[in-house]
Amino acid sequence: MASNGNRDTARERYETREYDVLIVGAGGAGLRAAVAATENGLSVGIVTKSLLGKAHTVMAEGGIAASLGNVDPADGWQTHFMDTMKSGKFINNWRTAEIFAKEAPDRVYELEQWGALFNRTPEGKISQRPFGAHTYRRLCHVGDRTGLELIRTMQEKVLATDAEVYMETTITKLLKSGDRVVGALAYTRENGKFIHFKAKAVVMATGGWGRIFKVTSNSWEGTGDGVVLAYDAGAELVDMEMMQFHPTGMVWPPGVRGLLVTEGVRGEGGLLRNSEGDRYMENYDPERMELSSRDVVARANYTEVQEGRGSPHGGVYLDITHLGYDGIMNKLPTMHEQFLKLADIDISKEPMEVFPTVHYTMGGIKTDPETGASNVPGLFAAGEVAGGLHGANRLGGNSLSDLLVFGRRAGEGASAYVKESVHSSDIAEGEVLTEIGRVLEPLKKQGEGESPYLMQQELQEAMMEHANLMRTGDSLKEGLGKVLGLKDRLANMKVQGSRLFNPGWHTAQDIRYLIQISEIIIRTALERTERRGAQWRLDFDGPDDELGRVNFIVKKDEQGEVGIQKREIPPMPEHLASLFEDKVVDMAGGEKRGAESQF
Amino acid sequence: MDSNSAEQKDMASKAHADVHADEKAAANGKTAKLRIFRGDSGGGELVDYELPLVEGMVVLDAVLYVQAHQAGDLAVRWNCKAAHCGSCSAEINGKPRLLCKTRIEEFDGGEIQVHPLKAFPVIKDLVSDISWNYQVSKGIKPFTSDEQAPFTMYEEDVERLYEPKKCIECFMCQDVCHVLRTHHKHAEFAGPRFFVRNQWLEMHPMDNQDRLHDLKEDNGLGLCNITKCCTEVCPVDIHITDNSIIPLKERVADEYYDPAKWLMRKIRGNRGSRNGAAARNGSRNGN
Ligand SMILES: Cc1cc2nc3c(=O)[nH]c(=O)nc-3n(C[C@H](O)[C@H](O)[C@H](O)COP(=O)(O)OP(=O)(O)OC[C@H]3O[C@@H](n4cnc5c(N)ncnc54)[C@H](O)[C@@H]3O)c2cc1C
Ligand code: SF4
Ligand code: SF4
Ligand code: FES
Repeated sequence: MASNGNRDTARERYETREYDVLIVGAGGAGLRAAVAATENGLSVGIVTKSLLGKAHTVMAEGGIAASLGNVDPADGWQTHFMDTMKSGKFINNWRTAEIFAKEAPDRVYELEQWGALFNRTPEGKISQRPFGAHTYRRLCHVGDRTGLELIRTMQEKVLATDAEVYMETTITKLLKSGDRVVGALAYTRENGKFIHFKAKAVVMATGGWGRIFKVTSNSWEGTGDGVVLAYDAGAELVDMEMMQFHPTGMVWPPGVRGLLVTEGVRGEGGLLRNSEGDRYMENYDPERMELSSRDVVARANYTEVQEGRGSPHGGVYLDITHLGYDGIMNKLPTMHEQFLKLADIDISKEPMEVFPTVHYTMGGIKTDPETGASNVPGLFAAGEVAGGLHGANRLGGNSLSDLLVFGRRAGEGASAYVKESVHSSDIAEGEVLTEIGRVLEPLKKQGEGESPYLMQQELQEAMMEHANLMRTGDSLKEGLGKVLGLKDRLANMKVQGSRLFNPGWHTAQDIRYLIQISEIIIRTALERTERRGAQWRLDFDGPDDELGRVNFIVKKDEQGEVGIQKREIPPMPEHLASLFEDKVVDMAGGEKRGAESQF
Repeated sequence: MDSNSAEQKDMASKAHADVHADEKAAANGKTAKLRIFRGDSGGGELVDYELPLVEGMVVLDAVLYVQAHQAGDLAVRWNCKAAHCGSCSAEINGKPRLLCKTRIEEFDGGEIQVHPLKAFPVIKDLVSDISWNYQVSKGIKPFTSDEQAPFTMYEEDVERLYEPKKCIECFMCQDVCHVLRTHHKHAEFAGPRFFVRNQWLEMHPMDNQDRLHDLKEDNGLGLCNITKCCTEVCPVDIHITDNSIIPLKERVADEYYDPAKWLMRKIRGNRGSRNGAAARNGSRNGN
């Protein structure tokens, strides 16, 4: 057993494993990509930082959005497409959104085919619930544990294939040969052994980066590894300024601050009130009220508290008592348990206290809508780590269907790439050992050093203060200074203990990602000088039409610095643009689902 | 713009300030004391830690506080912090519990000892090697259907499947079951978690597999003597013994110890039993 980092890395031994496709991440996106690649007859390795079945996907509660039209027959892909674009304030990639809306129903039925069980309608179909800014009742769900159903179904599907899963194993670098990504280096969390994965293609499915903020619904895993690994390998990122603040996180007790209260509560009729008892959504979006889009409700909740109409612990009230105990146990049993056990609140008798919490990252690796390919050959991406579908604001329920639609497409895209090209996955000598040396540094550091845990906290506090859901140029600049200061201190990090399951050492790896992403977010937020969706600049009055036609693309420049380019969004083709002109269009008519539908 | 930028900044940073105010108000000058197992496969000992007690604190909060401030290499698993993912299972005062769902206040100042799950080999501190469970899972015949989705299934067809499907794979039932914990029958016994999984598979109206043979021969269903210890520890209240294990035992008994069935199987192979199971499962109406 290697006990600590004092050994000479030149003699460090590592294992080598070879696959056609390496999948980084075992959330819904990674698992769906794995199924696609194994169905293509390829060898597949899956790497995940935690145990199988524990990724963020398991925490999703509210549901998966797809225009099945089971309860509202008028629904169809066109409406789902339009809702997604409108909510994203039209900076989404329209082709991505089109594919998404057309294929989501197939992916839901496919889950059912693989054993997933959703709540039923009286007609024996999959039941669908309303959610914020979805025109129709569209979220397929099973109580408030839809993500569990999704990930367990996918996990059991994958266990029945030949794909090999490396649990509690962390990728630290993508390895390239020339322009191509041909593998990655990983260490095992259990004992700090290194593994060189050789692969003809890599699918990045590492999820989001909510951990850059202190108040977040994300677990320790949400450190955005994949987006930085891809950036370092030369990939373009898109819409990085767009972070979603979920309107309703728990506020009390402090240990659960930020924990998610599902939008399903509002979907099932939950009412928001301030300390004066007013249903204040009337002042922000009288038409959609509590079911307005997330950016609007989050700002409303925030504003009510700032203006002194908050609850004792600095939140607003969310009331679902009218559903009664039986209704709540039927539709929101997990929420009932969560509040009862953690906050001593019986939500069938009293309202909850809630406040916005960082939840989701709209931006990410820029991908080709058809294949999930990034601009770097051999590198594909899907799920929350990819950008483009959600634009400036994601609709609830759209993530779970995103994972499956584009997980599948990235798996297919990677498979086609592997089959088409003959290339070796060998890399330059010494590269593996250099990387191993870097990863071991915090364990080897002599003398005084800084704690990775405290550095992470410092960063989270800086981002809370300067890049929160209301932003100003001055404050962002101040935040940038703090983040760059932390970046300079990265080399000071020192951890105690050995390589044996050492969370301090693991945290020391994550910080590099958190700091790099924070820098990118602040820099792009400084560029987008307007109010659009999740990016809300207090020092500018409203949306800027010109900025509404561009995405900010980030790419590492020649000097290794954050390069930002303003890129024009191509105009929507006629068949999509016309949907928005013709208001009385029959959404159920015409092409109901994608041409490739097997269901 | 400058004139109100101070105000804007103030607004932009106020939520942040509130977080700290809350923590201060909640830290009431009291302390929490914890004894945590520190060690690895070679052995270890309980180590005492003391930290500021915050209102509503759960054991996981305390463990993470110790990790951040006192013992950076303290190993523990967690993800959701909301009892949804089943990562943080450990033993508190000898009983398997979710660390994120167990409040410090519950112990009224009494001793809190935290150990890893003991039915599995310890890796380090509060983390044990539970990979065996995933091997068992891989051996179970997955859901398979001849029908084409979308399925037509009514609530009454599926309502009893919701319960086993709530399982968050915390593996605490596996930890507490004496067949594994005391008798180490890992090679012959799948454990309560996987009886739960078999239950929904067997009862799903659209599934066409027969798992009764595997349950009897490979999964050691007969080794369970219905002590109900598993049911007692399940954090999502699955009635493992009554609703999963006993119905499966009944089906196996029906299938293998009923002389008429036995004769049928001799004559027709396993196909006959498969149709029989489908009929018992209720409606098959998805066309
Ligand atoms: C509390 C909560 C509730 C939600 N509710 C809903 C909902 O109701 N509906 C909805 O549509 N969406 C919901 N979302 C959003 C949705 O769940 C996530 O966006 C989605 O699950 C992300 O899936 P993913 O497959 O992209 O990544 P994840 O599920 O986050 O998985 C990422 C995987 O990558 C692995 N990984 C990361 N970095 C590395 C590395 N360096 N090396 C190896 N592996 C790595 C992780 O270990 C993990 O396996 C919710 C999110 C949260 C947090
Ligand atoms: S009821 Fe059976 S499975 Fe459950 S703990 Fe007892 S012996 Fe084990
Ligand atoms: S059945 Fe209950 S105790 Fe057993 S693994 Fe599942 S959730 Fe845990
Ligand atoms: S951390 Fe998920 S169950 Fe405790």
